[in-house]
Amino acid sequence: MSLVWVYAVQESGAGDAPQVSGVDGERPRIVGTERLGAVVGTVADDGFDEAGLAAAMEDLARIEMLVRAHHGVVAATAEDRTVAPVRLATVFRDDDAVVHMLRERGDAFCDVLDRIRERREWGVKVYVDGAAAGREPASEPGPAAAADRPGTSYLLRRRADRDRSAAVRASARAVADRVAGVAREHAVDVRRFAPQDARLSGRDQEIVLNATFLVDRAREQEFRDAVSAAGAGAVVEMTGPWPPFSFADEGQS
Amino acid sequence: MSGPVSLSHPDDELSLVDLLDRLLAGGVVLTGEVTISLAEVDLVHVSLRALISSVSTLQQGRPGEPGA
Repeated sequence: MSLVWVYAVQESGAGDAPQVSGVDGERPRIVGTERLGAVVGTVADDGFDEAGLAAAMEDLARIEMLVRAHHGVVAATAEDRTVAPVRLATVFRDDDAVVHMLRERGDAFCDVLDRIRERREWGVKVYVDGAAAGREPASEPGPAAAADRPGTSYLLRRRADRDRSAAVRASARAVADRVAGVAREHAVDVRRFAPQDARLSGRDQEIVLNATFLVDRAREQEFRDAVSAAGAGAVVEMTGPWPPFSFADEGQS
Repeated sequence: MSGPVSLSHPDDELSLVDLLDRLLAGGVVLTGEVTISLAEVDLVHVSLRALISSVSTLQQGRPGEPGA
């Protein structure tokens, strides 16, 4: 027995499945109707049924494997055509069930494909410059003052440190607002993510913006230039282009 | 956990945390009787548990971590 993992949906005749390995090491293929084609992979029923997937979702190494493979197939497909990415871990019993779904959801998929056509997703993150926050020790009080009132001197220094890192943080927040505003002007749509956990990102800088933008392909350079210019004074990181995962949900604007 | 996971990426590899932002919450959600889909379960919630329980392992597994 096997199951069918769905990666993405494209218009019928948009092209063959990409030559990359899927989540179970399988070679992806297309299952289609007259109107739409689903990029799918045949996966083992043990491990990819509901219980198997639930177990996989408890294990970061397996999540990472699934996430990278799922993204890899969608990104490879998106290179030369418009595709609507499907949510991770969407599994059907067989090809007939996929065809049935494509027929049932045809209009909704066409709406999604129209909305993301010739558009890609770009991530923008802004961090507080941790080095600036901790840089340059506060101006030391004179040696006499320090000798006379060591406690006061310590408190003054602590307060100066605190004030300085608060100022750096406030300035980073201002940059984040400016960057988000400018990026939005050059984009079609925006989604904001929760701040990334520093333990997962491996960054010791505090993140003050974690957003992702849907951008017309024709305006990508303009978008990137504008974000870079607006980000002066903070640590700005752009990622992309991504297949428009964050803009593929039907209910959204 | 099946051993430590390294979070250090070669430059050409996408960062896991950026992938997770997009793949756990993005994509068209398909539900219904013909679907076996974890989208019905709260994928983000489920996997967050895994992330939290994995973080200590990750930190031990990350080389060059200054004595944290």
